[in-house]
Amino acid sequence: MSTDTQTPSYTSKTLSPQVDRIGLILLGIGVVLVIAAFVFEPVRAAFDASILYLFMVSLAVGAIFLIALEYITGAVWSVPMRRVTEFLAGLSPFLILLVIPLFLNLHDVFHWTHQEAVNADPVLQAKTPYLNVSFLTVRTIVFLGIWVLFSMLFIRNSTSQDVTREASLTTKNVRLAAVFLPLFAISITFTAVDWGMSLDPHWFSTIYGVYYFSGTVLAAVSAVTLIVILFHEGGYLPGLRRDHFYSLGALMFAFVNFWAYIAFSQFMLIWYANLPEETFWFMARWENGWQFVSVLLIIAKFGVPYFALLSQESKMNTKRLKIMAVWLLVAHLLDLYWLVMPTHSTGASLSWVELGFPVVGVGMILLLLSWKSKRYNLVPIGDPKLRRGLDFRL
Amino acid sequence: MKKPLYGLTALFDTPDALMHAVEETAKAGYTRYDVHAPYPLHGMDRAMRLKPSPLGYFALVFGLLGAVSAVGLMTWITLVDYPLVIGGKPFWSWPAFVPVAFEITVLLASVLTVVSMIVIYFKFPNNSHPLHDTPFLKRVSSDGFGISIEAVDPLFDEARVRGMLESVGGKDVGPVYFDVEDLNHGQKVFDLKFVGLLAGVGMVVSIITYLGLNVMLYMEPFSWMMEQEKLKPQAASALFSDGIGMRPPVEGTVARGFLPYPYKGRPEDAGKYLVNPLPVTKPVLDLGREKYMTFCSPCHGNFGRGDSRLAGQFPNPPTLHSDKVRDWPDGSIYHVMTDGQNVMPSYAAQVSRDERWAIVHYIRVLQRAHHAKESDLQ
Repeated sequence: MSTDTQTPSYTSKTLSPQVDRIGLILLGIGVVLVIAAFVFEPVRAAFDASILYLFMVSLAVGAIFLIALEYITGAVWSVPMRRVTEFLAGLSPFLILLVIPLFLNLHDVFHWTHQEAVNADPVLQAKTPYLNVSFLTVRTIVFLGIWVLFSMLFIRNSTSQDVTREASLTTKNVRLAAVFLPLFAISITFTAVDWGMSLDPHWFSTIYGVYYFSGTVLAAVSAVTLIVILFHEGGYLPGLRRDHFYSLGALMFAFVNFWAYIAFSQFMLIWYANLPEETFWFMARWENGWQFVSVLLIIAKFGVPYFALLSQESKMNTKRLKIMAVWLLVAHLLDLYWLVMPTHSTGASLSWVELGFPVVGVGMILLLLSWKSKRYNLVPIGDPKLRRGLDFRL
Repeated sequence: MKKPLYGLTALFDTPDALMHAVEETAKAGYTRYDVHAPYPLHGMDRAMRLKPSPLGYFALVFGLLGAVSAVGLMTWITLVDYPLVIGGKPFWSWPAFVPVAFEITVLLASVLTVVSMIVIYFKFPNNSHPLHDTPFLKRVSSDGFGISIEAVDPLFDEARVRGMLESVGGKDVGPVYFDVEDLNHGQKVFDLKFVGLLAGVGMVVSIITYLGLNVMLYMEPFSWMMEQEKLKPQAASALFSDGIGMRPPVEGTVARGFLPYPYKGRPEDAGKYLVNPLPVTKPVLDLGREKYMTFCSPCHGNFGRGDSRLAGQFPNPPTLHSDKVRDWPDGSIYHVMTDGQNVMPSYAAQVSRDERWAIVHYIRVLQRAHHAKESDLQ
């Protein structure tokens, strides 16, 4: 536990051009598939587009949350890998691209945008002050604005610290984090309500925002863990030890449990009260094949990762962590599919339409990582906490 | 008498200095030593070359014990001991068990792990330690970082340990002795003064809590169950013009289990149309026998022979084994019980409908017994 702030030696590295090429190919294939999906099955494609949007919001905004969390708690262990989190948070501006298809297809996805349906439905009329297209547009623009602004400010301060090595930039980011965290809570909750819960405008669950938040942080931690381990194996992140990986694994394990806790809380209250205006949402997910998806979700997002990450040894094992990170990212995608898709089709089904969207997401992230690695150091070499972060021991 | 030596202690100003000293101590081969700091130090376990603590397995076992016993208890209650339909849900509604099982799991895992730590590592009921009340412990619980090397360490040699500690920068290196009195008096957990103090503190806290929460801060609940917005029997009510709260039932209301008897005064119709609804089974005959013995036998006799048990205080009824009664359809016998005949009053108020039909079956048994056919004897 040395207190000197002397920075370790660092030689700047960029990712192999392979990443660039694979990213470009994936993005190309994905975009073609997505366009085909919108041409042949526009309604289903619109639902898939909202799944992709919610998934990418999870990664990008969850990453901003992790950065803010590091600053506000004064955490030391995560400093050597913060650049990876920052790269991921750099996705935020591209969320604007992903939200455009949603607005072009609002009518296909959201029942409450149909004026004749609202006119015939007193419940929807009562919700009109919140559920209307203009307010939705305003909310989405404000939230995207907040995310883009804060991700850029965090990243700008952090990267200029590489050059100036000023400790005051850390203080600035701490203050930013204090402002961002409540805004994050509000924006992520209402994003979940707007693009998830309002798919069934009659249904309501006050815990829905927390549910999405738990999955969001889990996905962001998993993505950071995956990229950190891949960078570590490629030799881009020197000095990481099992203590660091253990901490990432512990966060993953914590949020696996937190997600299960929230998911079960939501289910149990609705199951217990047994009110038809609430239970129909779960009934829709317990019929026509959706029950298998529901059970699979419980196993995939809680059962398997719980036991895989339970022991101390497993959280330090990079191979297992890497597998579990991929696993949990897929599980989060499944979770969003489970949240969104039953509104589109009463029977559970998987179609080729779904295929292109995750490919687009992966392609975007690879291109982003490659591009960011050319512009910035992969380690925040100017951070005064870096030395202590590298010396971190459990 | 010379006090027995517990060990040597040394203080350090910074966690880093302590960490260095610990690394040196471990390198020198000492095993019986401990480290004291005001807060947990990351990396200390590795510097001390400690093996991973087995305490996690205790937590696992206790947690599983909690989960199994909670689910077992609730299963036993809801399935065996007191099955109760709650909200129309199945008796064994596992989602309702999850919060309880979770809480008990966490409770047992945490409490019993701490208890086993105290018992195994702190050797409860031993409650004294030579380091207690030393200036060394006062420092390391506020701003100092200390190490203590025990004299029982196989490599312990006072001069050498002192030299080693001083060479790594230890300050205030000094010996700590066992308290002779503590050693001679053994465990003091069950000391009268100590137990009395515990009991006294417990009582005072209970009384203060009770007075504070139940008397001083007492608040009326939103509603007592006994005070409800409803009319009690016999109470007056201003709602009705006659001022009476209790209302007669609506015209034509039939009470549960009290179907009106349609053949009043029409024994022929009763004999013609009524059919015994009960099957002839052992339980039905037992019921008929029980009711017959209670309500019929005082006049008709134990076997229906008309030999009253009341020894002539009432006019004896005729025997039930006459050809007339034996040829009656079931409905006629039922009608006599329900409507009465001659001096026999109606028993409809005392004997329920089903019980009367059971008695009819029993009377048939008595008749058969008195007029057994040749075939019955085989």
